[in-house]
Amino acid sequence: MMALECDKSKCLYCGACVGSCPVEALTLYSSWIEVDHDTCTECGICVTLCPVGAMTLGGGSE
Amino acid sequence: MRHEVDVLVIGAGPGGSMSAKFAAENGADVLMIEKRQEVGSPVRCGEGIAELWLNDLGIKPDKRWIANQVDGARLFSPSGHCLTMDAARAGSETGFVVERDIFDRTLASEAVLAGSDLWVRAMAMGAKVEGDTVKEVVVDRLGERITVVPKVVIAADGFESRAASWVGLDSRLKLKDIDSCIQYRMVGIDDDARYNDFYAGSDAPGGYVWVFSKGEGVANVGIGVAASKLKAPADVKMYLDRFIAKHPEFAKGKAVDMVAGAVSTSLPMDQTVKGNFMLVGDSARMVDALTGGGVVNACMAGKIAGRLSAEYVQGSDVLGDYERAWRSELENTMVRNYVAKEKAVNVTDEQFDRIVLALQELEITTITTAEILGAVAKAVPDLVAELDLMF
Repeated sequence: MMALECDKSKCLYCGACVGSCPVEALTLYSSWIEVDHDTCTECGICVTLCPVGAMTLGGGSE
Repeated sequence: MRHEVDVLVIGAGPGGSMSAKFAAENGADVLMIEKRQEVGSPVRCGEGIAELWLNDLGIKPDKRWIANQVDGARLFSPSGHCLTMDAARAGSETGFVVERDIFDRTLASEAVLAGSDLWVRAMAMGAKVEGDTVKEVVVDRLGERITVVPKVVIAADGFESRAASWVGLDSRLKLKDIDSCIQYRMVGIDDDARYNDFYAGSDAPGGYVWVFSKGEGVANVGIGVAASKLKAPADVKMYLDRFIAKHPEFAKGKAVDMVAGAVSTSLPMDQTVKGNFMLVGDSARMVDALTGGGVVNACMAGKIAGRLSAEYVQGSDVLGDYERAWRSELENTMVRNYVAKEKAVNVTDEQFDRIVLALQELEITTITTAEILGAVAKAVPDLVAELDLMF
């Protein structure tokens, strides 16, 4: 499994990924993004959509 | 802890603040909550606003948040042809480039002065819903869990809204109806502070580049790209950096900040009120699909939602009127501009060049999308037919 991760050193907390998530797996707090891994389908939309490339599908092998 | 209020407004952006202000002014006991510690920060906006709409909203232009007043706008085609729309010369209303953080704080202050309470660093975590009625909203305020018991909930919680799903409304977007955006505040550039500039074409696939001047060599240089056209992480930033590198007048300057965000370029949601719950602004997908502008629509809808919520708590069953009321103000333009956007994403660079060249022959003096789309229909009727454009 590839788990979605938000790189805190890049993230601007703009919420672009959150509103674009087709399964509503992301939540924007004041200064962090929460990923609900049970809901996330690892579709990768947020990975290409993030303006600064903060979202990655990594953390494990396929 | 439990906290009873007449009206709970979620989000202290322009839509939330207008809702809170009009609810409080009309006699309701209002609480507005904002997840950030500072209203208006970080900015997620190009910061261009039309003067015309501010007048309609009763928002008095204030030098505290106006960075620059422009005379008009310019539209640049991919080959560099320029259409100048000089509203000031024609005596029409023009536009402002604003400082959104100060603008937002000013509107929030007006809401508070009208009697609303404001909690910052207060996030709505979830709701207890019975039937169509939101009975309670759980709020995290600086780590303390507070159960807010509202008579009405107005959710103005922005592009990243999660509130709609509490009552079973679907605010999810299709990829083709999202633009991803990034912007630098640049200093030391050569630009013309009399105009807000727009660049169409493949420099910004499915979107556009904007240069909104704050005067004295300072401008917001930003880009929106259709999410469906993005292929790799940080493509949006790559497109903006490439645009700046191609233009020596901008490349000579430096960025002093970076803001990002996304906007919906969809139709508004089919349903924006249910039981005692209303959606306002970006959370209801009220952004103009062609321009990406959302402030004005959010303020218009907020004004209506605020007034109706106050009438509701005083005993009139009027919340259902919200749907018809905001749509009669905004929906025709939103639908027309959505149709235009659906076509514009497929216009080629050569076609953009032709459109701008043809528009140069016409005098456009009011900078509204209606006037510009009307001029396009007049200037290139064959192309309009070919693209099946219907404005």
